[in-house]
Amino acid sequence: MTRFLIPAAIFLALAGVLYVAVVHSPNKSTMQSALLGKPVPEFSLPVLANPGVTLTRAQLQGRPWVLNVWGTWCAACRDEHQTLLDIARQNVLPLVGLNWKDEDDAAIDWLKQLGNPYSVVAVDRDGRTAIEFGVYGAPETFFIDADSRVQYRHVGPMTPEVWEREFLSRVPRGVLP
Amino acid sequence: MKIPMRTRALAGLAALLLGLSLVSVAFDVESMPTPALQKRYDALTHELRCMQCQNQSIADSPVGLAEDLRRDVREQLIAGKTDAEIREAMVARYGNVILFRPPFTPSTAWVWVFPFLLLLIGVFVAARIVRKRTALMASDDSVIEPEDVTR
Repeated sequence: MTRFLIPAAIFLALAGVLYVAVVHSPNKSTMQSALLGKPVPEFSLPVLANPGVTLTRAQLQGRPWVLNVWGTWCAACRDEHQTLLDIARQNVLPLVGLNWKDEDDAAIDWLKQLGNPYSVVAVDRDGRTAIEFGVYGAPETFFIDADSRVQYRHVGPMTPEVWEREFLSRVPRGVLP
Repeated sequence: MKIPMRTRALAGLAALLLGLSLVSVAFDVESMPTPALQKRYDALTHELRCMQCQNQSIADSPVGLAEDLRRDVREQLIAGKTDAEIREAMVARYGNVILFRPPFTPSTAWVWVFPFLLLLIGVFVAARIVRKRTALMASDDSVIEPEDVTR
């Protein structure tokens, strides 16, 4: 009897290990940020359409905010734009845009045509700040708490469900209207 | 003058191959100031994963992000960082996934240990089977008669 039981047990154990590995494999939409729980990098970036103005991490500290990485070259960014506009209308969290490896004129045109959901848009022309944030594709959206720590990172287009489940749920009481 | 078909075909093939080789080097023109740095640059960029691609290193990928990461590696090397420091900086931003060779940590230990464990179990099982059969053969004093074989 054990002749068959032992191989069967080994087979089931192996199948179990592989099943768990496949289910939890790091695919693009679930891969969590390496910065989770850590402060976001210091940055000082020009503000889109405001020559001479810069945005730094220190200016945003003190209340939670959301960083959305986008570019006019990114098709999925167009897909999520309406959701971002709806989110901006809720007026719960400031939406900071990071215009990644784009052109100022194209970015300004985009916001004029589609509407501007952002409180402010920082310009990362050469992609150095995006690397520091561990960005590997647009769009990516970060929830950053009042102490400038990353609490969550969503890869891919923002949806109302993700916004509610992963972002609104992380807003501390008292900040919500 | 009539050029033989074969020569023309060969010339065409040569031109095609030259074109392809030019394409493959077109995006990797960055060079380091010293051969020693160049060697380290080549090694590092080949062991860092291009996060936008499937199983391509940042050295092999033409996408923009890989280009930015190569620039980052180059700048850190020139700034005097060690290979370990550069790897650490990459892992701090992107996690262990960016390394093709995962480090030995509690969560990755099984990846390294499991194959050897399986091998050990296999050796143990094989040894047991061999021992059992040897014992069986030693205790078996029956004689094979010619008619047993022919039957």
